[in-house]
Amino acid sequence: MSTTTTSGAVTPGSPILQAKNVTKTFGGAGGKMTAVDDVSVDFHAGKVLAVVGESGSGKSTLARMLLRLLPVTSGQILYQGRDVTNIRGSELRRYWTDVQAVFQDPFASFNQFFTVGQMLRRSIRLAGRSQGESDDALIERCLGYVGLKPDEAMAKFPHQMSGGQRQRVMVARALMMSPKVLLADEATSMLDASLRVNVLNVLQDLRSELDLTVLFITHDIGQACYLADEVVVMEHGVIVEQGATDEVIFNPQNDYTKRLLSDVPDLKGSLKSR
Amino acid sequence: MSSDNILVRATNVNASYATNTGQDVPAVDAVSLEIAEGQILGLAGESGCGKSTLGNALAMIANPPLYVLSGELQIADRTIDLSTLDKGAEARHRAFRGDYVSLLPQGAMNSISPTLRIRDLVVDVVRGQDRSRSRDEALDLARDRLKQLGMPVRVLDQYAHQLSGGMRQRMVTVISTLLNPRLLIADEPTSALDVSSQKALIEMLLQMVEQKVMGAAIFITHDLPVLSMVTDQIAIMYAGRIIETGPTAELVHRARHPYTSALVSAVLDPTEETRHKRVAGIPGSPPNLASPPSGCRFHPRCAFATEICTREVPPLVVEGEHSSACWWAKDHPNEPVPLPDPVSLEGLAS
Ligand SMILES: Nc1ncnc2c1ncn2[C@@H]1O[C@H](COP(=O)(O)OP(=O)(O)OP(=O)(O)O)[C@@H](O)[C@H]1O
Ligand SMILES: Nc1ncnc2c1ncn2[C@@H]1O[C@H](COP(=O)(O)OP(=O)(O)OP(=O)(O)O)[C@@H](O)[C@H]1O
Ligand code: SF4
Ligand SMILES: [Mg+2]
Ligand SMILES: [Mg+2]
Repeated sequence: MSTTTTSGAVTPGSPILQAKNVTKTFGGAGGKMTAVDDVSVDFHAGKVLAVVGESGSGKSTLARMLLRLLPVTSGQILYQGRDVTNIRGSELRRYWTDVQAVFQDPFASFNQFFTVGQMLRRSIRLAGRSQGESDDALIERCLGYVGLKPDEAMAKFPHQMSGGQRQRVMVARALMMSPKVLLADEATSMLDASLRVNVLNVLQDLRSELDLTVLFITHDIGQACYLADEVVVMEHGVIVEQGATDEVIFNPQNDYTKRLLSDVPDLKGSLKSR
Repeated sequence: MSSDNILVRATNVNASYATNTGQDVPAVDAVSLEIAEGQILGLAGESGCGKSTLGNALAMIANPPLYVLSGELQIADRTIDLSTLDKGAEARHRAFRGDYVSLLPQGAMNSISPTLRIRDLVVDVVRGQDRSRSRDEALDLARDRLKQLGMPVRVLDQYAHQLSGGMRQRMVTVISTLLNPRLLIADEPTSALDVSSQKALIEMLLQMVEQKVMGAAIFITHDLPVLSMVTDQIAIMYAGRIIETGPTAELVHRARHPYTSALVSAVLDPTEETRHKRVAGIPGSPPNLASPPSGCRFHPRCAFATEICTREVPPLVVEGEHSSACWWAKDHPNEPVPLPDPVSLEGLAS
């Protein structure tokens, strides 16, 4: 399938992170499936790029490869112009302090035996980055970003939190590391509208002030519309449309994008008529 | 909602988590609600406000450290004591699961083992709800139901991992309603789905209500656009309490509670307007349920708060089918909460 490039979202400077012809195939003898098929995307510093597409289209697989949690079947990943597809050891650890991720399922990503406070302090120690403000001040600032009260949240074990509370802890943990790139995979899917917009505003501010680059995976076109500079639409592992947000959302060219947009429920327009 | 065909009525439900610090967390505080036959009630509210806890209490699946301290559930001809404090509670409640109340838990679609065949899941769930059913009976129920809903019967032979996320969620929904529950409680059934799968699930739910697969449903989600498509009535929860209830369109367009109004105005519809303004969320943090603010629990974050709000629990202001627990609503009968000035938001745009 050919990619519809809606506009040449011209961004100056070389990309901070690049996927080049990345492919991922799962399965062996029984049957192969290509989850990501020859995908190339450029991420520019200080920009938010949203990836949308239906369930199973390969969004999370792409993010896991970018984070180097999953080996690519073929293709290359470049960070600041360097090939990081096969780095390991201390180089990989350094990559993982620059590139942080928040994953889709907040029920899975916790160690049940640590309180939130223990988990966050451990993360700072493992990352070995305590410069300037003290660990606790850093934790407090980042929990504040996501609307959690430090003294209350830090004493909690994961099972004592609701779905949305866990999700917010994961966002705070990632921001604590002052990443250059944040991969957010459905990171706000369990938040109510108000908390969600607060978190998106924080990302927007970090983008403007600190040049944070964000890969924002979502099924919510409203969030992509609010936050993203560029939108990539995936279907069955392939990018079918890509361009500036205004172009992709308000003037889509690809049939799949059009269908996706027509299914979006909107609050003010779509009240049930039964 | 005409009050003569009420199918479900929950009265004064209180539920708390016991913690090792000895300070209980009362996550559901004196909640009452009612639903008419054939209707879907939406339950929305802030993350952590107690929606899932209320769902679990009503579905009678509260396990320690969650305790239901009191509460009564009337469904059709039966009245059930929801409390879990006495020894006989578990046996009493078991009798009502499946054909009176069925719960579709938050995250259900991801908790089924990928190597399980759907037919085996059907048998597990049906026999878990009613041990007198045989394997063949359970599978017959499933086949008939899939045909009735126009879904492919061969799905039963597939493994969970072979189904798309959307199909898996639809199957879990079908399976948890095979015994025709009077009340289905669905906890965040659409939050993990893409928009096309959301739409398919919503259409299926509406079809199920129409075909009387279930008598009524509670749809829990923080997603107001989805709720506005699927529900007849919406109840909004804040810090363990229901603070506003009303017909869906009324609630969305004429909110009578400042919290509801702030929540609605934070929704990001994909429009040109959303794209070019800075939307403000509610300032401050959600309250600590273990020691909530006095008076109106929303007062530290409310733009309309007055002195009395900090001291006294607000009265329930009832206007037809619409009710709001708020001092401002009491002083401004029949007025929707005024929205923040859009011009001032413009000014903040980055
Ligand atoms: N470890 C794995 N082994 C086999 N197949 C896999 C594995 N991980 C993902 N897949 C398959 O790859 C495809 C893409 O999955 P992926 O999780 O990337 O989709 P997604 O776009 O993130 O979907 P969603 O919106 O549901 O999160 C799916 O068909 C999935 O079943
Ligand atoms: N085991 C527990 N011990 C103590 N507190 C708990 C426990 N489980 C949940 N809580 C608290 O109870 C409150 C209600 O949780 P609940 O899961 O009902 O929220 P929710 O409204 O469903 O939120 P979400 O939208 O994020 O799913 C939360 O503030 C949570 O921190
Ligand atoms: S009672 Fe007072 S503080 Fe509470 S919502 Fe109404 S106006 Fe605001
Ligand atoms: Mg995914
Ligand atoms: Mg919940």
